[in-house]
Amino acid sequence: MPITISIPTILRPLTDNQKRIEVDGSSVLDAIERMEQRYPGVKERLVTGGQTHRFINIYVNDNDIRFSEGLSTRLTDGDLLTILPAVAGG
Amino acid sequence: MLTIHAKLVEVMLAQAHKDHPFETCGIIAGPEKSNLPLRLIPMRNAARSEIFFRFDPQEQLQVWRGMEARGEEPIVIYHSHTHTPAYPSRTDVQYASQPQSHYVIVPTDPAYGEEIRSFRILDGMVTEERIRMTNSYNVEWELSIEAMVA
Repeated sequence: MPITISIPTILRPLTDNQKRIEVDGSSVLDAIERMEQRYPGVKERLVTGGQTHRFINIYVNDNDIRFSEGLSTRLTDGDLLTILPAVAGG
Repeated sequence: MLTIHAKLVEVMLAQAHKDHPFETCGIIAGPEKSNLPLRLIPMRNAARSEIFFRFDPQEQLQVWRGMEARGEEPIVIYHSHTHTPAYPSRTDVQYASQPQSHYVIVPTDPAYGEEIRSFRILDGMVTEERIRMTNSYNVEWELSIEAMVA
């Protein structure tokens, strides 16, 4: 099932400067793993200890996956997965 | 160096003092690669804390999509320090992910002065930069101040 992943500026050096890439994936983690096969190094920037890295927000369409099933969130054909750096500090 | 319209500085200071003692936060967007802050968007501090701030993730998504549609990027990312000097904390440095952005800190504790300060943060390295305030940009550019999303 093809889905589109929107890549933030900070990760584009790892994705041949692609802003958007298409992969197959049945869940968020599955899509990230398939992206990792094509662009090695990207997964460790997104996932740590089996969860989304705290410096990163991942959305499926309009929803932050932290408020649904996290990395297990299901994907369906045509979904847009958006990755953004979290903006935070002290 | 950060060149910024005085009106935008005024708005950031007013927002920070209004939110004190909680930290305030927001961005000033501008055309990609222009290095010109134009469109100020105050953000909600989802952490509502005196020592931490975090953009609300849903609000951030909407704002980032708006920037993408307009061909903009976050030229300035600002927040306040309500009890400490206007210098990036360890957490600020850990989260800083935009090498092209100016990280502006607004102090609201009078003990640490009243001037905003601006920094570049790259790979954990903090570099303070000079701020040049101006009362006019080139006439073709228009400032805008967005209302706070409730």
